[in-house]
Amino acid sequence: MKKEIVVKEKASNQKEGKRGTKPHGLVPCLLLGVGVLFFLIMLVFPLAEVIYRSLKEGLEVYGAAIMAENTLSALKVTLIATIIAVLVNTFFGLCASWCLTKFDFRGKNILSTLIDIPFSVSPVIAGLAYLMVFGRMGWATPYVEKINEFLGTDIALVFSVPGVVLATIFVTFPFVSRELIPVMQAQGTAEEEAAVMLGAKGSTVFRKVTFPHIKWALLYGIILCAARAFGEFGAVYAVSKARGKTFTLPLEVDALYMAGSAESITQAFAVSSLLVLLSIIILVLKQIVEYRGKREL
Amino acid sequence: MYVEMKHINKNFGDFEAAKDIDFGIEQGKLVALLGPSGSGKTTILRMIAGLETQDSGDVVIEGEVVNDIPAGKRGIGFVFQNYALFRYMTVWENIAFGLRVKKTSKKEINKRVKELVQLVGLEGMEKRYPDQLSGGQRQRVAFARALAPSPQLLLLDEPFAAIDAKVRKELRDWLKKMIAKVGITSIFVTHDQDEAVEVADEIIIINEGKLEQMGTPVEIYKRPKTSFVSQFIGTSSVIDSFAGFKGFDEIKENSQVIIRPEFVEVFKSDNEKFKSLLPASEEGVITEISFRGSYLELTLEVNGVSITANRSLERRSVEIGERMHVLLYRVYLLEEDDARLYKNSLLKGVDVEAL
Ligand SMILES: Nc1ncnc2c1ncn2[C@@H]1O[C@H](COP(=O)(O)OP(=O)(O)O)[C@@H](O)[C@H]1O
Ligand SMILES: [Mg+2]
Repeated sequence: MKKEIVVKEKASNQKEGKRGTKPHGLVPCLLLGVGVLFFLIMLVFPLAEVIYRSLKEGLEVYGAAIMAENTLSALKVTLIATIIAVLVNTFFGLCASWCLTKFDFRGKNILSTLIDIPFSVSPVIAGLAYLMVFGRMGWATPYVEKINEFLGTDIALVFSVPGVVLATIFVTFPFVSRELIPVMQAQGTAEEEAAVMLGAKGSTVFRKVTFPHIKWALLYGIILCAARAFGEFGAVYAVSKARGKTFTLPLEVDALYMAGSAESITQAFAVSSLLVLLSIIILVLKQIVEYRGKREL
Repeated sequence: MYVEMKHINKNFGDFEAAKDIDFGIEQGKLVALLGPSGSGKTTILRMIAGLETQDSGDVVIEGEVVNDIPAGKRGIGFVFQNYALFRYMTVWENIAFGLRVKKTSKKEINKRVKELVQLVGLEGMEKRYPDQLSGGQRQRVAFARALAPSPQLLLLDEPFAAIDAKVRKELRDWLKKMIAKVGITSIFVTHDQDEAVEVADEIIIINEGKLEQMGTPVEIYKRPKTSFVSQFIGTSSVIDSFAGFKGFDEIKENSQVIIRPEFVEVFKSDNEKFKSLLPASEEGVITEISFRGSYLELTLEVNGVSITANRSLERRSVEIGERMHVLLYRVYLLEEDDARLYKNSLLKGVDVEAL
């Protein structure tokens, strides 16, 4: 019975399909065309322009721009901030998603909401908030100074590399946990409980049972976190004012561009191409991770 | 008593999942926790295991209060409802897990896993992953994995729920045999009374977080202590206003009774065998006949109530609308939470069981 109906439906669909080939074909073509055009105008052309402009004056100028002291310093700060942000957020992201999905406790919903704050707060505001707390007038500054005195160090949390790192951590905070939470939730707690019943310690349960389930999601989260970390502008801009010392690549690009001379604009594009290169690497990694992750499921 | 639950209470928020649960299980017994879905069976099992903590009361294993002993140290094997096999480990690794975390030597692990693979009949499948196994095979792996560290007590949560009805019976027999062979004290959860009756030495009936009755299958079947048990076990019809049946004058009018098909005899008026019992019987009309595979289930309208009876296919055929004689051997009278057995007083002196 059912089969017959299905067959009939198919037949009638085919008839209609023949009669209406043109509109059926045109709309998708049009949509596809618009999509591709949009993609070209909004993404490909600008990025190609960056590469083109950066190389317009020849490789020598390009090389000089890349090797400039300010650029190298910015690259260093960017890499430091990215690496620390990724490490810290991976650790906290793991802890937070583990707590949120494998245990039941009071205030769970609040914690879950708190994690998402960086998504909804503008990065500039986040940077300014740091400034308010740790800046010269900030309430936390005396304590930081006391700690510095005690440790005999001279760590400043704003207008310094640690400040840049903190701001970067703030904006990239949710990336890892947001990737992990759905996966851990879907997995449930049964396998962990089975491991516990067999006498496994917490760390063994995580390594042997939880980790294999989440490794691809974790890697994916780390990649997104890294991409966001080295591209961050607003939050870092608020706490970083010293070019050649605490500037990151995006800030350096901005400074070069704002300088306005033909030469500095070319340099700005050269430095931008570094960021584009990093993005492409991340994109390829992301693709590989997605592919591997899907295949294993 | 080997395992004891002493006045256990457990709330989830303001929902009472276990109310004053109190029972003991002897060593070597295979016990079923039976009850409808949501009655709190899994919660009780998890409290014994230590995966859930009771609000009050003691869990005692081998004479020792284990309230503060963590789950992994109670010497309990647990077979989870959907087996919870480690998805990224092979059959071999699954079974070896409990030994590895105990830092058992490689040689010993190999020996023990081999032994268990043989016991559960999974030779040649050691390298497979759980998703390459059938439901029955997964159950075997879960069973072997739970037994690997040689626990003193085995807990199984709905061990057959994830299995096709066709192979379920086969696996029941298998599991019963295995547990007998290993000789381990076991408690399994089920909502299926046939399963409990067939597999268990003793049954604990749970309803709405309360222990209704504990006893052997025969005890529970023959002498249900509460109205819940009398309705839950066996196929029974509840009659809300029972009155005017011959031989049951002691029962007040409009009482609630339970009548099971095996309490009822239905015969034609020219039946020789039951001739002497005619005075003790009522008349009724068949309103429904359903074929149940090896017997017929008759529904009859008697004295304004409908009664269900079974009829062997060997006997003369009957049809809807036919007048029959209906004899009630006994009924359960329900009074609040109690169920009391009443026998047909007109059958005094008649050897009913010889009929
Ligand atoms: N972690 C929990 N939080 C809240 N309610 C729960 C929890 N676990 C079980 N319950 C509730 O307790 C009752 C008994 O559950 P359970 O023991 O799983 O029943 P059964 O195994 O007999 O089907 C159910 O009503 C269930 O909703
Ligand atoms: Mg259950």
